[in-house]
Amino acid sequence: MKYLSFAAGLFAATTAVAETPVLTVYTYDSFVSDWGPGPAVKAAFEETCNCELNLVGAGDGAALLARVKLEGARSDADVVLGLDTNLTAAAADSGLFAEHGQTVTVDVPNPFGAPGTWTDANFLPFDWGYFAFVYDNTKLDTAPTSFDELAASDLKIVIQDPRSSTPGLGLLLWVKEQYGDDAPKMWEALSDNIVTVTKGWSEAYGLFLEGEADMVLSYTTSPAYHIVAEEDQSKSAAAFDSHYMQIEVAGKLANTDQNELADQFLAFMVSDAFQTIIPTTNWMYPAVTPAAGVPDAFAAPVGPEQARLIAPADVPAIRDEALAEWSAALSQ
Amino acid sequence: MLTLDALTLTQDDFQLTADLTVATGSRTAIIGPSGAGKSTLLAAISGFLPPKHGHIRWQDTDLTQLPPGSRPIAMLFQDNNLFPHLTVAQNVGLGLRPNLRLTQNEQAKVAAALARVGLADMPDRKPAQLSGGQQSRVALARVLVQSRPLILLDEPFAALGPALKTDMLDLVAALLDETNATLLMVSHDPTDARRIANQTILVADGKAHPPQDTQTLLDSPPDALKAYLG
Amino acid sequence: MVRSSVAINRALPGKIAAALVAAIVLGTLVAVALRAEAGRGLGPAEWSAIRFTVFQAVLSAAFSVLLAIPVARALARRRFYGRRLLISLLGAPFILPVIVAVMGLLAVFGRSGILNETLRALGLPEVSIYGLHGVVLAHVFFNLPLATRLVLQGWQDIPSERFRLAAQLGFGPRDIFRTLEAPMLARTLPGAAAIIFAICLSSFAVALTLGGGPRATTVELAIYQAFRFDFDLGRAALLSCVQIALVGAAALVALKLSNRDGFGTGLDRTVQRWDAQNTLLRALDTTTITFAALFLILPIALVILRGAPALTDLPTSVWSAALASLLIALASTILMLALALPIAIAAGTGRARLEAIGLLGIAASPLVIGTGLFIVINPIANPFALALPVTATVNAIMALPFALRIMVPAVRDTHANYDRLSTSLNLTGLSWLRLLLIPRLRPNLGFACGLTAAMSMGDLGVIALFADPQTATLPLQMYRLMGAYRMELASGAAVLLLALSFGIFWIFDKGGRAHADA
Repeated sequence: MKYLSFAAGLFAATTAVAETPVLTVYTYDSFVSDWGPGPAVKAAFEETCNCELNLVGAGDGAALLARVKLEGARSDADVVLGLDTNLTAAAADSGLFAEHGQTVTVDVPNPFGAPGTWTDANFLPFDWGYFAFVYDNTKLDTAPTSFDELAASDLKIVIQDPRSSTPGLGLLLWVKEQYGDDAPKMWEALSDNIVTVTKGWSEAYGLFLEGEADMVLSYTTSPAYHIVAEEDQSKSAAAFDSHYMQIEVAGKLANTDQNELADQFLAFMVSDAFQTIIPTTNWMYPAVTPAAGVPDAFAAPVGPEQARLIAPADVPAIRDEALAEWSAALSQ
Repeated sequence: MLTLDALTLTQDDFQLTADLTVATGSRTAIIGPSGAGKSTLLAAISGFLPPKHGHIRWQDTDLTQLPPGSRPIAMLFQDNNLFPHLTVAQNVGLGLRPNLRLTQNEQAKVAAALARVGLADMPDRKPAQLSGGQQSRVALARVLVQSRPLILLDEPFAALGPALKTDMLDLVAALLDETNATLLMVSHDPTDARRIANQTILVADGKAHPPQDTQTLLDSPPDALKAYLG
Repeated sequence: MVRSSVAINRALPGKIAAALVAAIVLGTLVAVALRAEAGRGLGPAEWSAIRFTVFQAVLSAAFSVLLAIPVARALARRRFYGRRLLISLLGAPFILPVIVAVMGLLAVFGRSGILNETLRALGLPEVSIYGLHGVVLAHVFFNLPLATRLVLQGWQDIPSERFRLAAQLGFGPRDIFRTLEAPMLARTLPGAAAIIFAICLSSFAVALTLGGGPRATTVELAIYQAFRFDFDLGRAALLSCVQIALVGAAALVALKLSNRDGFGTGLDRTVQRWDAQNTLLRALDTTTITFAALFLILPIALVILRGAPALTDLPTSVWSAALASLLIALASTILMLALALPIAIAAGTGRARLEAIGLLGIAASPLVIGTGLFIVINPIANPFALALPVTATVNAIMALPFALRIMVPAVRDTHANYDRLSTSLNLTGLSWLRLLLIPRLRPNLGFACGLTAAMSMGDLGVIALFADPQTATLPLQMYRLMGAYRMELASGAAVLLLALSFGIFWIFDKGGRAHADA
């Protein structure tokens, strides 16, 4: 029984001193679940590292950062995997993270410079995606191609609350990035399209599948899940004139007692072994396209020219302003 | 001998004084107008109402500071004399051991007491399955096994019919004959007093008067009692 | 003072238990506050969240309690086949995980729910569930069962002898209401309303999802935001204090109002009702029961219908999570008893205010308790290793207020009715507990245990803050399935969760009521 082995594991963890080195990686909960990349990543890394990889789930990306801040220098974590670029400025400010010291060529669109370059000294990317509105193509013939078209339509959407959800925050920054000072007007225009705002992605996606809304804020890669796992072609992502990106990253904690192992893990993270696991478990684009490529279902409906991102360092200031605008516009 | 020594009882604005003795083995009725303090007096003797002044003694023992369960007293109240969730035998057994872990000898005592009150065949019933008279008999069986020297009755049979009440009083009298216990019994019915009690304490005007011969008292009642008897 | 010395002895363990609860709830709050760096305090956004929270909680409590009166009355004065089962089934929404219940409600009232499908088919305008009315509707759905059970308990606590007397006196329904039922309601309703007010005060996902957006921001969401959006622990602690103050105020008002005399005692006869036998009232009660049953059971039935096919496909990890959840539920129940029984005894022995301490459990934000425990535990032990015990403890504390509300009136009645007799028989200490209190409290204990176990089963709680891959409870595993697009499997897990929650509730509740039939 798995539960018994868990109990035994508890016992061992509290009493015995492990003989093989243990690398502790904090990540978001869905990464470690049976359906996430966790189990395969653990097996693949342990094959090469002569160590034990201890993946620990702690809520979602933002909860992850809060957890590490709470633990401070006492943290058992060696690596934190699952922050995104909206959080990296705050994470770097905490002084808890060390530089990774690695150079890597990535396959992540770069709105700020030459393609393929990665400049963040603290964090390395492991996957990325475009936020997008997903719809049922059997019910909706033509999807809107911009926020303006969406706002002008009668389509109903479900979104997530930026205060409690990472995609919700992504949407907030997407609108702010594209519309700047006109963002409040866009939110007002969208307010009659918004059926409701949910706590997290799961609730919103569930409501969409139950038919509560015509579209849901998710990722351009969401239809790939339905195609690959369910052989269901009915879900599509609406291609807009711009798409905000989510780039998920990992970083090494400054106080790690497994410095080399942590470096080894970060290098492993951008290698083929890790990157091939990502698409069909995390349903995101791999940060470094593996040699075998990605399944056809992942063909992006939009290109890098539509990619948008707010520079990580600018996020904290813009975020608070955008949240106030969002809240005011939707409270009317 | 029960001694109420310069006793003052207070309850809110109400005050009652008592300075009297009750002889061992006597049967004493307590009568008086409604609200005069009959039950209050019994509550003090049984330990539910600490007196403001004075002492309560049984023989040479001062009971004043003893908790109710430690007094040499068995008592029946106006109502709620049985626990509805316990069986007849359990209700009686509580009189022997509050934790109900009875020895065989004690179980035999319970059975004997139930037989004595005429309920030998229903030890496993719950009170709700008994008639009012039967419930009173269970309570009396418990008094019997408690074998305390002083028995206080606070009108436990008031709800029974006249014939049934008479039966119960006769049963009480018979039990007293067997145990030589001392009885103090609140009553609002002079015939009850005449039937069972050789002496009577009149409670009226804030005072519990020393016991007098029941017949004499009822035949030529003082004013306070006259008004009550009508 | 003979009596009070006994009372003090009986109150002492309760005081210790209450102090323990206060230490956990307030201690974690202090831990969070001490860990805080300079924050920005409460701004207009927080104040508007507080206003909305109180407003929706007052409305939700009022509607839940008012609607519970006819339902409980109908159930109290009617006897029909399957009544017991129906009463238990009516309790189901209360023990449902929030997300499952919301999905069920939307299957009925949502944009493509059966109500709107029907309206569309009839060519009538659709109704939207989103908005304040949706929040209140959902809270009534969650809390009407609890309110009904508490009020029904009040009805059943009126001894059958009183109804017999009333029947003998030729009382009609109106007279019965005036002399028996109205005083009972005056005693029961404030407590029920206070507890539901407190529950709705900490609502978050329901209020947000059905409230339709940021105008439905509650204090709990503001706490969530302070934590994860701003990492402003000081503001989170401050908001948690506001929540505790609000619940405390409601609790004190309720205790003051509900601290009235009971009905004395009867002989545990089965309640029979001689009133309300006319056809009109019969039809009224039938309609009430039918509507309540439809309102409460239909959404759940739809959840079951939707998820049942996936039950056989559930992976083993879901089953082992179910086992973990069961164990946590049982541990929570034992802990709850260890805390609630002493507190109920003390509260029923004249220290009524102790019950208010129990209410801290719903006043406290799970996020604050969880984080506080984390801060406290982290320096001395690995919080992950303690995930299950911590979850069990927090679940027990969360269930405490309900357990107390269920138990305290019964303790008080037992004292009022049997104190003299038990004292005169020297029935004290453990014998008193074993032979008098626990048997008298059995139905209440069964109900409280069932509720605690079921709430613990369905609660996502603090486990999410502490979980490693192996330590998953069933609700967490359900969320993981949803997070991995497995909505079908998640709905199967929801059915399993529902079945286990309800099953464990049913077993405890039935165990408690078993002797009433004897």
